[in-house]
Amino acid sequence: MSALESEIDPDATPEPKLQISHLDAYFNDRHVVRDITLSVPQRRVTAIIGPSGCGKSTFLRCLNRMHEHVPGARARGAVMLDGVDVYHPSINPARLRRHVGMVFQKPNPFPTMSIRDNVLAGHRLNGTHVDAPGELVERCLRQVALWDEVKDRLGRPGVSLSSGQQQRLCMARVLAVEPEVILLDEPSSALDPIATAHIEELIEELKERYTLVLVTHNLQQAARVSDYMAFFYLGNLVEFDRTDVIFTNPKESRTEDYLTGKFG
Amino acid sequence: MSAPVSGLPPDLPSAPASGRSSASSDDLRAPTAGAPVEQAFHAIGFLALLLPLLAFLVLFVSVLADAWPRLGWGFLSGIPSRKPQLAGILPALVGSASLMGLTALIAVPVGIGAAIYLEEYARRSRLTSLIELNISNLAGVPSIIYGLLGLEVFVRAMHLGRSLLAGALTLSLLLLPMVIMTSREALRSVPLSVREACHGLGADRFCMLRLVILPMCFPRMLTGIILALARAIGETAPLLTIGALTYVAFLPDSVHSAFSTLPLQIFAWISRPQTSFHENAAAGIVVLLAVMLLMNGFALWLRARLQRRLPG
Repeated sequence: MSALESEIDPDATPEPKLQISHLDAYFNDRHVVRDITLSVPQRRVTAIIGPSGCGKSTFLRCLNRMHEHVPGARARGAVMLDGVDVYHPSINPARLRRHVGMVFQKPNPFPTMSIRDNVLAGHRLNGTHVDAPGELVERCLRQVALWDEVKDRLGRPGVSLSSGQQQRLCMARVLAVEPEVILLDEPSSALDPIATAHIEELIEELKERYTLVLVTHNLQQAARVSDYMAFFYLGNLVEFDRTDVIFTNPKESRTEDYLTGKFG
Repeated sequence: MSAPVSGLPPDLPSAPASGRSSASSDDLRAPTAGAPVEQAFHAIGFLALLLPLLAFLVLFVSVLADAWPRLGWGFLSGIPSRKPQLAGILPALVGSASLMGLTALIAVPVGIGAAIYLEEYARRSRLTSLIELNISNLAGVPSIIYGLLGLEVFVRAMHLGRSLLAGALTLSLLLLPMVIMTSREALRSVPLSVREACHGLGADRFCMLRLVILPMCFPRMLTGIILALARAIGETAPLLTIGALTYVAFLPDSVHSAFSTLPLQIFAWISRPQTSFHENAAAGIVVLLAVMLLMNGFALWLRARLQRRLPG
Protein backbone atom coordinates (compact mmCIF):
# COMPACT_ATOMS: atom_id res chain seq x y z
CA MET A 1 0.00 0.00 0.00
CA SER A 2 2.81 2.42 0.83
CA ALA A 3 4.47 1.67 -2.47
CA LEU A 4 1.22 2.50 -4.20
CA GLU A 5 0.84 5.72 -2.26
CA SER A 6 4.30 6.93 -3.15
CA GLU A 7 3.55 6.08 -6.76
CA ILE A 8 0.65 8.49 -6.86
CA ASP A 9 2.40 11.33 -5.12
CA PRO A 10 0.30 14.22 -6.43
CA ASP A 11 3.24 16.52 -6.99
CA ALA A 12 5.34 14.17 -9.09
CA THR A 13 4.86 14.52 -12.83
CA PRO A 14 3.28 11.22 -13.86
CA GLU A 15 4.23 9.09 -16.82
CA PRO A 16 1.98 9.52 -19.86
CA LYS A 17 -0.30 6.53 -20.47
CA LEU A 18 -1.84 7.79 -23.69
CA GLN A 19 -0.08 10.14 -26.05
CA ILE A 20 -2.31 11.69 -28.66
CA SER A 21 -0.65 13.58 -31.48
CA HIS A 22 -2.23 15.54 -34.31
CA LEU A 23 -5.54 13.72 -34.00
CA ASP A 24 -8.28 14.77 -36.42
CA ALA A 25 -11.77 13.27 -36.53
CA TYR A 26 -14.51 13.70 -39.09
CA PHE A 27 -18.16 12.84 -39.62
CA ASN A 28 -18.33 12.77 -43.41
CA ASP A 29 -17.23 16.32 -44.27
CA ARG A 30 -17.57 17.76 -40.79
CA HIS A 31 -14.25 18.22 -39.10
CA VAL A 32 -15.19 17.79 -35.43
CA VAL A 33 -11.83 17.18 -33.74
CA ARG A 34 -8.99 19.36 -34.98
CA ASP A 35 -5.32 18.54 -34.63
CA ILE A 36 -5.33 17.54 -30.96
CA THR A 37 -2.01 16.82 -29.27
CA LEU A 38 -2.27 15.80 -25.65
CA SER A 39 -0.71 13.41 -23.13
CA VAL A 40 -2.96 11.60 -20.67
CA PRO A 41 -1.04 10.94 -17.45
CA GLN A 42 -1.04 7.49 -15.91
CA ARG A 43 -3.23 6.81 -12.86
CA ARG A 44 -4.79 10.23 -12.90
CA VAL A 45 -8.19 11.56 -13.80
CA THR A 46 -8.09 13.74 -16.89
CA ALA A 47 -11.28 15.68 -17.49
CA ILE A 48 -12.33 16.93 -20.91
CA ILE A 49 -14.62 19.92 -20.69
CA GLY A 50 -16.18 22.28 -23.17
CA PRO A 51 -19.55 23.42 -24.51
CA SER A 52 -21.89 21.01 -26.34
CA GLY A 53 -20.65 20.10 -29.80
CA CYS A 54 -17.03 20.93 -29.06
CA GLY A 55 -15.89 17.44 -30.04
CA LYS A 56 -15.08 16.19 -26.55
CA SER A 57 -17.11 12.98 -26.82
CA THR A 58 -15.79 12.30 -30.31
CA PHE A 59 -12.26 12.80 -29.04
CA LEU A 60 -12.91 10.32 -26.25
CA ARG A 61 -14.34 7.78 -28.67
CA CYS A 62 -11.22 8.08 -30.83
CA LEU A 63 -9.11 6.83 -27.94
CA ASN A 64 -10.55 3.30 -28.09
CA ARG A 65 -11.56 3.50 -31.76
CA MET A 66 -15.30 3.48 -31.01
CA HIS A 67 -15.56 6.51 -33.26
CA GLU A 68 -15.21 4.40 -36.39
CA HIS A 69 -18.42 2.46 -35.63
CA VAL A 70 -20.48 5.46 -36.65
CA PRO A 71 -21.22 5.40 -40.40
CA GLY A 72 -19.25 8.09 -42.22
CA ALA A 73 -16.87 8.64 -39.33
CA ARG A 74 -13.09 8.54 -39.65
CA ALA A 75 -10.06 9.66 -37.71
CA ARG A 76 -6.48 10.57 -38.60
CA GLY A 77 -3.46 10.99 -36.40
CA ALA A 78 -1.78 8.92 -33.74
CA VAL A 79 -2.94 7.63 -30.37
CA MET A 80 -0.12 5.86 -28.53
CA LEU A 81 -1.04 3.50 -25.70
CA ASP A 82 2.21 2.80 -23.80
CA GLY A 83 4.06 3.63 -26.99
CA VAL A 84 1.94 1.48 -29.32
CA ASP A 85 -0.01 3.30 -32.01
CA VAL A 86 -3.59 2.06 -31.70
CA TYR A 87 -4.36 3.25 -35.23
CA HIS A 88 -1.68 1.02 -36.79
CA PRO A 89 -3.30 -1.32 -39.36
CA SER A 90 -2.16 -4.39 -37.44
CA ILE A 91 -4.14 -3.39 -34.35
CA ASN A 92 -7.42 -5.22 -33.75
CA PRO A 93 -9.81 -2.57 -32.41
CA ALA A 94 -11.84 -5.17 -30.49
CA ARG A 95 -8.72 -6.29 -28.57
CA LEU A 96 -7.76 -2.66 -27.96
CA ARG A 97 -11.08 -2.03 -26.22
CA ARG A 98 -10.29 -4.64 -23.59
CA HIS A 99 -7.35 -2.45 -22.58
CA VAL A 100 -9.23 0.81 -22.99
CA GLY A 101 -12.69 0.29 -21.50
CA MET A 102 -15.62 2.66 -21.77
CA VAL A 103 -18.55 3.76 -19.62
CA PHE A 104 -21.37 5.50 -21.46
CA GLN A 105 -23.66 8.41 -20.75
CA LYS A 106 -26.76 6.28 -20.36
CA PRO A 107 -26.47 3.16 -18.21
CA ASN A 108 -26.66 0.24 -20.66
CA PRO A 109 -26.67 -3.11 -18.86
CA PHE A 110 -27.55 -6.06 -21.10
CA PRO A 111 -31.32 -6.53 -20.72
CA THR A 112 -31.36 -10.30 -21.17
CA MET A 113 -28.67 -10.87 -18.55
CA SER A 114 -28.74 -11.12 -14.77
CA ILE A 115 -26.65 -8.82 -12.57
CA ARG A 116 -24.07 -11.57 -12.29
CA ASP A 117 -23.98 -12.27 -16.03
CA ASN A 118 -23.66 -8.57 -16.75
CA VAL A 119 -20.44 -8.46 -14.72
CA LEU A 120 -19.15 -11.53 -16.55
CA ALA A 121 -20.39 -10.32 -19.95
CA GLY A 122 -17.00 -9.02 -21.06
CA HIS A 123 -15.40 -12.43 -20.56
CA ARG A 124 -18.30 -14.25 -22.17
CA LEU A 125 -18.23 -11.93 -25.17
CA ASN A 126 -14.48 -12.37 -25.51
CA GLY A 127 -14.61 -16.10 -25.00
CA THR A 128 -12.06 -15.90 -22.19
CA HIS A 129 -12.17 -18.45 -19.40
CA VAL A 130 -12.79 -17.25 -15.85
CA ASP A 131 -11.35 -19.49 -13.14
CA ALA A 132 -13.49 -18.31 -10.25
CA PRO A 133 -16.45 -16.37 -11.67
CA GLY A 134 -18.08 -16.00 -8.25
CA GLU A 135 -15.01 -14.27 -6.83
CA LEU A 136 -14.61 -12.05 -9.87
CA VAL A 137 -18.25 -10.94 -9.62
CA GLU A 138 -17.88 -10.18 -5.92
CA ARG A 139 -14.58 -8.32 -6.36
CA CYS A 140 -15.88 -6.14 -9.21
CA LEU A 141 -19.18 -5.39 -7.48
CA ARG A 142 -17.29 -4.48 -4.29
CA GLN A 143 -15.03 -2.17 -6.28
CA VAL A 144 -18.07 -0.20 -7.42
CA ALA A 145 -19.68 -0.40 -3.94
CA LEU A 146 -22.66 -2.34 -5.28
CA TRP A 147 -22.00 -5.70 -3.64
CA ASP A 148 -23.92 -5.11 -0.41
CA GLU A 149 -26.93 -3.82 -2.31
CA VAL A 150 -27.21 -6.71 -4.76
CA LYS A 151 -25.49 -9.73 -3.21
CA ASP A 152 -28.81 -11.42 -2.45
CA ARG A 153 -30.23 -10.97 -5.94
CA LEU A 154 -27.39 -11.63 -8.34
CA GLY A 155 -29.76 -13.66 -10.51
CA ARG A 156 -32.18 -10.78 -11.04
CA PRO A 157 -32.02 -8.88 -14.35
CA GLY A 158 -29.45 -6.09 -14.48
CA VAL A 159 -32.14 -3.71 -15.67
CA SER A 160 -34.15 -4.24 -12.45
CA LEU A 161 -31.73 -1.90 -10.63
CA SER A 162 -32.09 1.87 -10.27
CA SER A 163 -30.30 3.88 -12.92
CA GLY A 164 -27.52 4.87 -10.51
CA GLN A 165 -26.99 1.21 -9.61
CA GLN A 166 -27.15 0.28 -13.29
CA GLN A 167 -24.34 2.71 -14.05
CA ARG A 168 -22.21 1.21 -11.27
CA LEU A 169 -23.01 -2.23 -12.68
CA CYS A 170 -21.77 -1.02 -16.06
CA MET A 171 -18.56 0.14 -14.39
CA ALA A 172 -18.18 -3.26 -12.70
CA ARG A 173 -18.65 -4.85 -16.10
CA VAL A 174 -15.78 -2.77 -17.48
CA LEU A 175 -13.56 -3.49 -14.46
CA ALA A 176 -14.10 -7.24 -14.89
CA VAL A 177 -12.13 -7.31 -18.13
CA GLU A 178 -9.26 -5.53 -16.32
CA PRO A 179 -8.56 -2.61 -18.61
CA GLU A 180 -5.71 -0.17 -18.06
CA VAL A 181 -7.57 2.92 -19.18
CA ILE A 182 -11.23 3.69 -18.53
CA LEU A 183 -13.01 6.27 -20.66
CA LEU A 184 -16.04 7.84 -19.04
CA ASP A 185 -18.45 9.67 -21.35
CA GLU A 186 -20.57 11.91 -19.10
CA PRO A 187 -21.15 8.93 -16.80
CA SER A 188 -23.40 10.73 -14.35
CA SER A 189 -25.33 13.11 -16.59
CA ALA A 190 -28.40 10.84 -16.52
CA LEU A 191 -28.25 10.32 -12.74
CA ASP A 192 -29.60 12.10 -9.68
CA PRO A 193 -27.22 13.96 -7.32
CA ILE A 194 -26.80 11.09 -4.86
CA ALA A 195 -26.03 8.57 -7.58
CA THR A 196 -23.66 11.15 -9.08
CA ALA A 197 -21.83 11.43 -5.76
CA HIS A 198 -21.43 7.63 -5.72
CA ILE A 199 -19.91 7.69 -9.19
CA GLU A 200 -17.54 10.50 -8.24
CA GLU A 201 -16.35 8.64 -5.15
CA LEU A 202 -15.78 5.63 -7.33
CA ILE A 203 -13.70 7.64 -9.80
CA GLU A 204 -11.52 8.85 -6.91
CA GLU A 205 -10.89 5.25 -5.85
CA LEU A 206 -10.32 3.89 -9.33
CA LYS A 207 -7.52 6.28 -10.14
CA GLU A 208 -5.26 4.38 -7.75
CA ARG A 209 -5.17 1.56 -10.27
CA TYR A 210 -6.47 2.90 -13.57
CA THR A 211 -5.95 5.82 -15.91
CA LEU A 212 -9.23 7.64 -16.30
CA VAL A 213 -10.43 10.07 -18.95
CA LEU A 214 -13.68 11.78 -18.06
CA VAL A 215 -15.84 13.81 -20.43
CA THR A 216 -18.22 15.99 -18.48
CA HIS A 217 -20.27 19.11 -18.98
CA ASN A 218 -20.40 19.59 -15.25
CA LEU A 219 -17.58 21.95 -14.28
CA GLN A 220 -18.00 21.33 -10.56
CA GLN A 221 -17.62 17.64 -11.20
CA ALA A 222 -14.46 18.21 -13.21
CA ALA A 223 -13.12 20.39 -10.39
CA ARG A 224 -13.98 17.79 -7.75
CA VAL A 225 -12.57 14.66 -9.33
CA SER A 226 -9.99 15.52 -11.97
CA ASP A 227 -6.26 16.05 -11.65
CA TYR A 228 -5.79 17.35 -15.17
CA MET A 229 -8.16 19.18 -17.37
CA ALA A 230 -8.44 19.84 -21.09
CA PHE A 231 -10.71 22.58 -22.39
CA PHE A 232 -12.08 21.95 -25.88
CA TYR A 233 -13.77 24.57 -28.00
CA LEU A 234 -15.05 24.10 -31.58
CA GLY A 235 -12.98 20.96 -32.00
CA ASN A 236 -9.74 22.57 -30.84
CA LEU A 237 -7.83 22.02 -27.65
CA VAL A 238 -7.69 25.46 -26.07
CA GLU A 239 -5.87 24.66 -22.89
CA PHE A 240 -4.54 21.62 -21.04
CA ASP A 241 -3.07 21.79 -17.56
CA ARG A 242 -3.47 20.67 -13.99
CA THR A 243 -7.01 21.23 -12.81
CA ASP A 244 -6.02 23.59 -9.98
CA VAL A 245 -3.99 25.68 -12.43
CA ILE A 246 -6.84 25.84 -14.95
CA PHE A 247 -9.31 26.96 -12.31
CA THR A 248 -7.07 29.46 -10.55
CA ASN A 249 -4.83 30.73 -13.29
CA PRO A 250 -5.99 29.91 -16.83
CA LYS A 251 -3.67 31.11 -19.55
CA GLU A 252 -6.31 31.52 -22.23
CA SER A 253 -9.03 34.11 -21.95
CA ARG A 254 -11.52 31.71 -23.61
CA THR A 255 -10.94 29.19 -20.82
CA GLU A 256 -11.57 31.81 -18.19
CA ASP A 257 -14.71 33.03 -19.99
CA TYR A 258 -16.08 29.50 -20.13
CA LEU A 259 -15.27 28.72 -16.52
CA THR A 260 -16.87 31.92 -15.31
CA GLY A 261 -19.98 31.30 -17.38
CA LYS A 262 -19.61 34.03 -19.98
CA PHE A 263 -20.45 31.47 -22.67
CA GLY A 264 -21.28 27.83 -22.81
CA MET B 1 -35.31 40.31 6.20
CA SER B 2 -38.50 41.62 7.75
CA ALA B 3 -40.74 40.78 4.78
CA PRO B 4 -43.70 38.55 5.66
CA VAL B 5 -43.11 34.91 4.91
CA SER B 6 -45.28 33.72 2.02
CA GLY B 7 -45.08 31.26 -0.83
CA LEU B 8 -44.30 34.05 -3.26
CA PRO B 9 -41.17 36.10 -3.62
CA PRO B 10 -41.92 39.55 -2.22
CA ASP B 11 -41.54 41.36 -5.55
CA LEU B 12 -44.14 39.21 -7.35
CA PRO B 13 -47.61 40.78 -7.68
CA SER B 14 -50.24 38.64 -5.98
CA ALA B 15 -52.86 39.08 -8.75
CA PRO B 16 -52.54 39.71 -12.49
CA ALA B 17 -52.26 43.41 -13.12
CA SER B 18 -54.29 43.35 -16.34
CA GLY B 19 -58.08 43.27 -16.41
CA ARG B 20 -58.17 39.81 -18.01
CA SER B 21 -59.53 37.42 -15.41
CA SER B 22 -57.93 34.34 -16.86
CA ALA B 23 -59.06 31.97 -14.17
CA SER B 24 -62.78 32.77 -14.21
CA SER B 25 -64.89 29.64 -13.92
CA ASP B 26 -66.59 30.23 -17.32
CA ASP B 27 -63.28 30.12 -19.09
CA LEU B 28 -62.30 26.90 -17.38
CA ARG B 29 -65.56 25.25 -18.45
CA ALA B 30 -65.64 26.41 -22.08
CA PRO B 31 -65.09 23.75 -24.76
CA THR B 32 -61.89 23.73 -26.80
CA ALA B 33 -61.99 24.69 -30.47
CA GLY B 34 -61.87 21.18 -31.90
CA ALA B 35 -64.55 19.69 -29.64
CA PRO B 36 -67.46 19.22 -32.15
CA VAL B 37 -65.17 17.76 -34.82
CA GLU B 38 -63.60 15.51 -32.27
CA GLN B 39 -66.98 14.03 -31.28
CA ALA B 40 -67.84 13.37 -34.92
CA PHE B 41 -64.46 11.79 -35.48
CA HIS B 42 -64.96 9.61 -32.43
CA ALA B 43 -68.27 8.35 -33.83
CA ILE B 44 -66.88 7.74 -37.34
CA GLY B 45 -63.95 5.84 -35.93
CA PHE B 46 -66.20 3.65 -33.83
CA LEU B 47 -68.40 2.91 -36.87
CA ALA B 48 -65.37 2.05 -38.96
CA LEU B 49 -64.42 -0.49 -36.35
CA LEU B 50 -67.92 -1.86 -35.96
CA LEU B 51 -68.67 -2.51 -39.66
CA PRO B 52 -65.91 -5.00 -40.42
CA LEU B 53 -66.46 -6.72 -37.08
CA LEU B 54 -70.17 -7.13 -37.87
CA ALA B 55 -69.42 -8.38 -41.38
CA PHE B 56 -67.03 -10.94 -39.99
CA LEU B 57 -69.53 -12.00 -37.34
CA VAL B 58 -72.31 -12.54 -39.91
CA LEU B 59 -69.95 -14.53 -42.11
CA PHE B 60 -68.74 -16.65 -39.24
CA VAL B 61 -72.20 -17.37 -37.87
CA SER B 62 -73.57 -18.41 -41.28
CA VAL B 63 -70.56 -20.67 -41.91
CA LEU B 64 -70.88 -22.15 -38.43
CA ALA B 65 -74.59 -22.81 -38.98
CA ASP B 66 -73.83 -24.66 -42.24
CA ALA B 67 -70.97 -26.56 -40.64
CA TRP B 68 -72.67 -27.54 -37.41
CA PRO B 69 -74.14 -30.90 -38.48
CA ARG B 70 -70.79 -32.05 -39.88
CA LEU B 71 -68.47 -30.88 -37.10
CA GLY B 72 -67.32 -33.72 -34.89
CA TRP B 73 -64.59 -36.22 -34.28
CA GLY B 74 -65.56 -38.24 -37.36
CA PHE B 75 -65.00 -35.23 -39.58
CA LEU B 76 -61.58 -34.48 -38.11
CA SER B 77 -60.38 -38.07 -38.27
CA GLY B 78 -62.01 -39.16 -41.53
CA ILE B 79 -60.62 -39.29 -45.04
CA PRO B 80 -62.30 -37.73 -48.10
CA SER B 81 -65.07 -39.78 -49.65
CA ARG B 82 -67.52 -39.62 -52.49
CA LYS B 83 -70.26 -39.79 -49.90
CA PRO B 84 -70.34 -36.38 -48.24
CA GLN B 85 -71.60 -37.71 -44.90
CA LEU B 86 -68.57 -39.96 -44.58
CA ALA B 87 -65.98 -37.49 -45.81
CA GLY B 88 -63.37 -36.23 -43.35
CA ILE B 89 -60.53 -33.79 -43.33
CA LEU B 90 -57.65 -35.68 -41.72
CA PRO B 91 -55.35 -35.92 -44.78
CA ALA B 92 -55.78 -32.20 -45.46
CA LEU B 93 -55.16 -31.32 -41.81
CA VAL B 94 -52.03 -33.47 -41.62
CA GLY B 95 -50.99 -32.16 -45.05
CA SER B 96 -51.30 -28.53 -43.89
CA ALA B 97 -49.41 -29.24 -40.68
CA SER B 98 -46.54 -31.05 -42.41
CA LEU B 99 -46.40 -28.42 -45.14
CA MET B 100 -46.13 -25.66 -42.52
CA GLY B 101 -43.50 -27.54 -40.55
CA LEU B 102 -41.39 -28.15 -43.62
CA THR B 103 -41.86 -24.58 -44.83
CA ALA B 104 -40.72 -23.24 -41.44
CA LEU B 105 -37.67 -25.50 -41.51
CA ILE B 106 -36.66 -24.04 -44.86
CA ALA B 107 -37.76 -20.41 -44.62
CA VAL B 108 -36.79 -19.58 -41.02
CA PRO B 109 -33.03 -20.31 -41.10
CA VAL B 110 -32.63 -18.80 -44.55
CA GLY B 111 -34.75 -15.76 -43.68
CA ILE B 112 -33.04 -15.03 -40.36
CA GLY B 113 -29.65 -15.59 -41.98
CA ALA B 114 -30.45 -13.13 -44.76
CA ALA B 115 -31.77 -10.60 -42.24
CA ILE B 116 -28.63 -10.86 -40.10
CA TYR B 117 -26.43 -10.44 -43.14
CA LEU B 118 -28.33 -7.42 -44.43
CA GLU B 119 -28.69 -5.74 -41.05
CA GLU B 120 -25.39 -6.54 -39.36
CA TYR B 121 -22.75 -7.39 -41.93
CA ALA B 122 -23.57 -5.87 -45.35
CA ARG B 123 -21.99 -2.55 -46.14
CA ARG B 124 -24.39 0.17 -47.19
CA SER B 125 -24.13 0.27 -50.96
CA ARG B 126 -26.28 0.66 -54.02
CA LEU B 127 -26.46 -3.11 -54.33
CA THR B 128 -27.78 -3.64 -50.81
CA SER B 129 -30.34 -0.86 -51.26
CA LEU B 130 -31.47 -2.55 -54.47
CA ILE B 131 -31.76 -5.90 -52.70
CA GLU B 132 -33.72 -4.30 -49.85
CA LEU B 133 -36.10 -2.61 -52.28
CA ASN B 134 -36.66 -5.90 -54.08
CA ILE B 135 -37.38 -7.77 -50.87
CA SER B 136 -40.11 -5.31 -49.91
CA ASN B 137 -41.53 -5.55 -53.43
CA LEU B 138 -41.44 -9.34 -53.41
CA ALA B 139 -43.57 -9.33 -50.26
CA GLY B 140 -46.32 -7.76 -52.37
CA VAL B 141 -46.12 -10.09 -55.38
CA PRO B 142 -49.35 -12.13 -55.88
CA SER B 143 -48.93 -15.63 -54.56
CA ILE B 144 -49.94 -17.26 -57.85
CA ILE B 145 -46.72 -15.92 -59.38
CA TYR B 146 -44.78 -17.85 -56.75
CA GLY B 147 -46.89 -20.87 -57.71
CA LEU B 148 -45.83 -20.55 -61.36
CA LEU B 149 -42.21 -20.19 -60.31
CA GLY B 150 -42.53 -23.26 -58.06
CA LEU B 151 -44.13 -25.25 -60.88
CA GLU B 152 -41.33 -24.42 -63.30
CA VAL B 153 -38.37 -24.69 -60.92
CA PHE B 154 -39.26 -27.24 -58.25
CA VAL B 155 -41.85 -29.46 -59.90
CA ARG B 156 -40.40 -29.58 -63.42
CA ALA B 157 -36.72 -28.55 -63.45
CA MET B 158 -35.85 -30.22 -60.14
CA HIS B 159 -38.21 -33.18 -60.77
CA LEU B 160 -39.76 -32.96 -57.32
CA GLY B 161 -43.23 -33.60 -58.71
CA ARG B 162 -46.38 -32.62 -56.85
CA SER B 163 -44.70 -33.45 -53.54
CA LEU B 164 -44.79 -31.93 -50.08
CA LEU B 165 -41.21 -30.77 -50.63
CA ALA B 166 -42.12 -28.87 -53.80
CA GLY B 167 -45.05 -27.27 -51.96
CA ALA B 168 -42.90 -26.32 -48.98
CA LEU B 169 -40.18 -24.83 -51.18
CA THR B 170 -42.79 -22.78 -53.04
CA LEU B 171 -44.37 -21.51 -49.84
CA SER B 172 -40.89 -20.77 -48.44
CA LEU B 173 -40.26 -18.43 -51.36
CA LEU B 174 -43.55 -16.74 -50.60
CA LEU B 175 -42.70 -16.37 -46.92
CA LEU B 176 -39.05 -15.39 -47.20
CA PRO B 177 -39.60 -11.65 -47.86
CA MET B 178 -41.89 -11.46 -44.84
CA VAL B 179 -39.54 -13.43 -42.60
CA ILE B 180 -36.58 -11.30 -43.69
CA MET B 181 -38.44 -8.05 -43.08
CA THR B 182 -39.79 -8.95 -39.64
CA SER B 183 -36.40 -10.32 -38.57
CA ARG B 184 -34.67 -7.15 -39.72
CA GLU B 185 -37.14 -5.05 -37.79
CA ALA B 186 -36.46 -7.16 -34.73
CA LEU B 187 -32.70 -6.70 -35.13
CA ARG B 188 -33.16 -2.99 -35.61
CA SER B 189 -35.16 -2.76 -32.37
CA VAL B 190 -32.01 -3.48 -30.34
CA PRO B 191 -30.84 -0.07 -29.14
CA LEU B 192 -27.50 1.33 -30.27
CA SER B 193 -26.46 1.73 -26.63
CA VAL B 194 -26.49 -2.04 -26.17
CA ARG B 195 -24.37 -2.56 -29.28
CA GLU B 196 -21.92 0.09 -28.07
CA ALA B 197 -21.68 -1.65 -24.71
CA CYS B 198 -20.65 -4.82 -26.55
CA HIS B 199 -18.06 -3.04 -28.67
CA GLY B 200 -16.78 -1.23 -25.61
CA LEU B 201 -16.09 -4.56 -23.93
CA GLY B 202 -14.07 -5.75 -26.91
CA ALA B 203 -16.66 -8.14 -28.36
CA ASP B 204 -16.51 -9.13 -32.00
CA ARG B 205 -19.64 -9.07 -34.10
CA PHE B 206 -20.33 -12.78 -33.92
CA CYS B 207 -20.18 -12.99 -30.12
CA MET B 208 -22.27 -9.85 -29.84
CA LEU B 209 -24.95 -11.36 -32.08
CA ARG B 210 -24.99 -14.71 -30.37
CA LEU B 211 -24.87 -13.61 -26.74
CA VAL B 212 -26.65 -10.26 -26.73
CA ILE B 213 -28.49 -9.23 -29.90
CA LEU B 214 -30.24 -12.48 -30.84
CA PRO B 215 -31.46 -13.26 -27.30
CA MET B 216 -32.86 -9.72 -27.16
CA CYS B 217 -34.79 -9.83 -30.42
CA PHE B 218 -35.78 -13.50 -30.37
CA PRO B 219 -39.37 -12.89 -29.13
CA ARG B 220 -40.07 -10.36 -31.86
CA MET B 221 -38.58 -12.56 -34.57
CA LEU B 222 -40.55 -15.58 -33.45
CA THR B 223 -43.83 -13.67 -33.31
CA GLY B 224 -43.31 -12.32 -36.81
CA ILE B 225 -42.50 -15.78 -38.13
CA ILE B 226 -45.55 -17.43 -36.56
CA LEU B 227 -47.81 -14.70 -37.93
CA ALA B 228 -46.29 -15.19 -41.39
CA LEU B 229 -46.87 -18.96 -41.14
CA ALA B 230 -50.45 -18.40 -40.01
CA ARG B 231 -50.98 -16.40 -43.17
CA ALA B 232 -49.32 -19.01 -45.34
CA ILE B 233 -51.53 -21.81 -44.04
CA GLY B 234 -54.44 -20.21 -45.87
CA GLU B 235 -52.60 -19.97 -49.21
CA THR B 236 -54.37 -21.84 -51.99
CA ALA B 237 -53.33 -20.41 -55.35
CA PRO B 238 -49.63 -21.36 -55.38
CA LEU B 239 -50.42 -24.92 -54.31
CA LEU B 240 -53.09 -25.31 -56.99
CA THR B 241 -50.58 -24.02 -59.51
CA ILE B 242 -47.95 -26.57 -58.63
CA GLY B 243 -50.64 -29.21 -58.93
CA ALA B 244 -51.23 -30.28 -55.35
CA LEU B 245 -54.08 -32.77 -55.19
CA THR B 246 -57.56 -32.01 -53.99
CA TYR B 247 -58.53 -35.61 -53.35
CA VAL B 248 -56.08 -37.46 -51.14
CA ALA B 249 -57.25 -40.50 -49.24
CA PHE B 250 -53.97 -41.19 -47.41
CA LEU B 251 -51.64 -39.37 -45.06
CA PRO B 252 -48.31 -38.05 -46.36
CA ASP B 253 -45.50 -40.35 -45.23
CA SER B 254 -42.44 -38.59 -46.64
CA VAL B 255 -41.43 -35.27 -48.14
CA HIS B 256 -41.96 -36.84 -51.56
CA SER B 257 -45.59 -37.85 -51.04
CA ALA B 258 -48.46 -36.14 -52.70
CA PHE B 259 -50.52 -34.03 -50.34
CA SER B 260 -53.56 -31.87 -49.91
CA THR B 261 -54.15 -28.98 -47.54
CA LEU B 262 -57.12 -27.48 -45.74
CA PRO B 263 -57.77 -24.64 -48.21
CA LEU B 264 -57.40 -27.02 -51.16
CA GLN B 265 -59.87 -29.45 -49.62
CA ILE B 266 -62.31 -26.62 -48.96
CA PHE B 267 -61.89 -25.45 -52.55
CA ALA B 268 -62.55 -28.96 -53.86
CA TRP B 269 -65.71 -29.41 -51.81
CA ILE B 270 -67.14 -26.03 -52.64
CA SER B 271 -66.73 -26.72 -56.38
CA ARG B 272 -68.98 -29.78 -56.11
CA PRO B 273 -72.59 -29.27 -57.21
CA GLN B 274 -74.12 -31.26 -54.32
CA THR B 275 -75.11 -29.03 -51.40
CA SER B 276 -74.13 -31.64 -48.82
CA PHE B 277 -70.51 -31.14 -49.90
CA HIS B 278 -70.94 -27.44 -49.19
CA GLU B 279 -71.61 -28.38 -45.58
CA ASN B 280 -68.27 -30.15 -45.58
CA ALA B 281 -66.64 -27.03 -47.00
CA ALA B 282 -68.15 -24.92 -44.22
CA ALA B 283 -66.87 -27.36 -41.62
CA GLY B 284 -63.45 -27.21 -43.26
CA ILE B 285 -63.51 -23.41 -43.04
CA VAL B 286 -64.27 -23.61 -39.33
CA VAL B 287 -61.32 -25.97 -38.83
CA LEU B 288 -59.00 -23.70 -40.84
CA LEU B 289 -60.09 -20.62 -38.86
CA ALA B 290 -59.56 -22.49 -35.61
CA VAL B 291 -56.03 -23.47 -36.67
CA MET B 292 -55.20 -19.87 -37.62
CA LEU B 293 -56.62 -18.52 -34.37
CA LEU B 294 -54.58 -21.04 -32.42
CA MET B 295 -51.41 -20.01 -34.21
CA ASN B 296 -52.03 -16.29 -33.69
CA GLY B 297 -52.93 -16.89 -30.06
CA PHE B 298 -49.75 -18.89 -29.60
CA ALA B 299 -47.73 -16.02 -31.10
CA LEU B 300 -49.30 -13.53 -28.70
CA TRP B 301 -48.79 -15.81 -25.72
CA LEU B 302 -45.17 -16.43 -26.67
CA ARG B 303 -44.43 -12.75 -27.07
CA ALA B 304 -46.00 -11.88 -23.73
CA ARG B 305 -44.11 -14.67 -22.02
CA LEU B 306 -40.72 -13.96 -23.52
CA GLN B 307 -40.99 -10.23 -23.15
CA ARG B 308 -41.68 -10.49 -19.46
CA ARG B 309 -38.09 -11.62 -19.20
CA LEU B 310 -37.02 -8.43 -20.98
CA PRO B 311 -37.98 -5.42 -18.90
CA GLY B 312 -37.07 -2.05 -20.35
